[in-house]
Amino acid sequence: MSLLIRDGAVLSDDWLLLADGEAPPKTGKLIVSWDRWNAERTDLDLGALEVGLLLPNTLDVTAALGDLLGRPLLALSFPSFSDGRAYSQATLLRRRHHYAGELRATGQAVVRDQLQQMRTCGFDTFLLRNDQNPELCAKSFHDLTVAYQPNLLNISGLRPGKH
Amino acid sequence: MYRYDQYDQTLVDERVSQFRDQTERFLAGQLPDEEFRALRLRNGLYVQRFAPMLRISIPYGLLASRQLRMLAHIARTYDKDYGHFTTRQNIQYNWPELARVPDILADLASVQMHAIQTSGNCIRNITSDHLAGVAADEMLDPRPYCELTRQWATFHPEFNWLPRKFKIAFSAANGDRAAIRVHDIGVQIVCNAAGELGYTIYAGGGLGRTPIIGPMVREFLPEADLLSYFEAVLRVYNRLGRRDNIYKARIKILVKETGLARFRDLVEAEWEQIKDGELRLQAGDLDAMRSRFDRFEYDDAASLDTSFDRKLAQDTAFAAWAKRNLAVHRQPGYQIVFVSLKASGVAPGDMTAMQMDAVAELADRHSFGEIRVTHDQNLVLADVRQSEVYTLWQSLRDLGLATPNIGLLTDLICCPGLDFCSLANAGSISVAQDIFDLFDNLDDQHDIGPIKVKMSGCMNGCGHHSVGHIGILGVDKKGEEWYQVTLGGSAENDASLGDRTGPSFARDDIAPAIKKIIDVYLSLRNSEDESFLACYRRVGMAPFKARLYAVETA
Ligand code: SF4
Repeated sequence: MSLLIRDGAVLSDDWLLLADGEAPPKTGKLIVSWDRWNAERTDLDLGALEVGLLLPNTLDVTAALGDLLGRPLLALSFPSFSDGRAYSQATLLRRRHHYAGELRATGQAVVRDQLQQMRTCGFDTFLLRNDQNPELCAKSFHDLTVAYQPNLLNISGLRPGKH
Repeated sequence: MYRYDQYDQTLVDERVSQFRDQTERFLAGQLPDEEFRALRLRNGLYVQRFAPMLRISIPYGLLASRQLRMLAHIARTYDKDYGHFTTRQNIQYNWPELARVPDILADLASVQMHAIQTSGNCIRNITSDHLAGVAADEMLDPRPYCELTRQWATFHPEFNWLPRKFKIAFSAANGDRAAIRVHDIGVQIVCNAAGELGYTIYAGGGLGRTPIIGPMVREFLPEADLLSYFEAVLRVYNRLGRRDNIYKARIKILVKETGLARFRDLVEAEWEQIKDGELRLQAGDLDAMRSRFDRFEYDDAASLDTSFDRKLAQDTAFAAWAKRNLAVHRQPGYQIVFVSLKASGVAPGDMTAMQMDAVAELADRHSFGEIRVTHDQNLVLADVRQSEVYTLWQSLRDLGLATPNIGLLTDLICCPGLDFCSLANAGSISVAQDIFDLFDNLDDQHDIGPIKVKMSGCMNGCGHHSVGHIGILGVDKKGEEWYQVTLGGSAENDASLGDRTGPSFARDDIAPAIKKIIDVYLSLRNSEDESFLACYRRVGMAPFKARLYAVETA
């Protein structure tokens, strides 16, 4: 089964991922797809429900900020191990537009070998692929303790005094 | 050389541990094949026809003598005593054992080297002019800009899983020796009318299946904006580049399908958002980066030497070599020396461990301990006092590294082809040898003059055949090795793609076909000063075609 982690600790997932077509409960925390949100938002956004969105990695997030920034949770998709589009979505949402809710990584690439990059791009929770060992995943956040990003010019002794 | 600080070193050391862990998990069956493949490629490790192939990064082609000695050590300890320099200024080993690759990486890290991002769908090794810093036609040294870019690109968290590989090249000279127009991004460092430094940016060039000469996307980008502009281009590409078809995934296809004007608008709109942000270079940043590079003390008295001219007059073999294998240094009294890795009986770009050690020694003795790798698969000792050139030449000759053929027909470039590469349609190394045999006579080669012959074993074009003055491409015809020929390509300032001559040639006919092409050129050129390329551009394909395919109709 898939485990959810944050900073290396396993969390209980209190969000319900609602399949398209499945009837929503009256209260609680729900994740719905971007398409469903667009079709049914007036029914879903009633106040009794907390609604998070599962976004396709093809979505231009900057064109949809009005919908996205106020959400308590956004789940971004890694549909295959090598499809890195959601890295740019996360960077835009978190770093440029200061999205403040939970940014959750989901899909096939949510494995120990990519977690550290995901966190650097602004993800804070990770729905691990079901073959992943959460302890090994937690360790991977410390694989590389240094980085040239976001700004190599502030490091590496290039700008003295800004070490 | 750029010298690592503790920060740079830590990153490379930690990468070794990370890759060791990935390799161990793979060998223990805990990492799926497909995933290990994507991860090992990011570290330059392919699984080839017979064995793994490891590609090691040589940023902008610059090596210290101790690094070249380490490459010799690796060839001896982990491989079959040789390495292969590539068209992207890197080195490849063809026979390492998978389980020992982490040890190789640890050895490399001990001399500030690595294999990071030498393959895979990420930003690859940054390449540049192999004469950077010494060329007479250079505006300024591009290498500090390359190093800034290398650091920005190294483990960039957002751009590590791109649609496809991404290559960046820099030039700062009048003559483009870095083939910037056939890169995903090509940067020409320029000075505008107001005397300000900046860059002309080309994007969407590339070779391979759909060769394209990169169009200009920005005529003048101010110096401070280099990294933010790269970031904008890469973000547009990561978001919008195609992922449904590997052959349409390079940025060149995005540029083409989007249209240059619209692509430019997308990049500019993204760049507007970030250009005043943290990636903007500040006063002093580039000076700080420059100060991390070794600076050499040239001796003004070096030009007082008279022995060099005397030796040229006395020794015709030396003079013949000097004519081809030296280039003008901007410091009077110094020479740029090319070490030819194109000798008969040797695959182009191959070098033995013994030769590597010996060249490292020669670099220490004659050239400030520094060596460069060219994208024509030769080496350069860039800072040799003219009084020492004769002795150096004698040493190189003894090592088999003084073939006087730089820029001539047998200085051809060639990918590993069928002998090593699992993607190849046809052999390239043996064809190179046939061409070598046919044109072994140096006087003939000198008479033919400067010409670039480039050969690839398949459409991927690692041998850059599309931009060869003569290009040779291996194709598969019902399981047999055939060769397609193109004429008139160039990767320099006048960049262009070659035109196909017509039907391809069988293995036995390819070297004779090259001979016919040369014969046509020799008979049609209007003087000895008209190069092959100029002649082809003047007379066109028809006379070549007539001669090449005459036999069949006769
Ligand atoms: S051009 Fe083809 S055959 Fe040659 S090295 Fe590249 S992939 Fe292999």
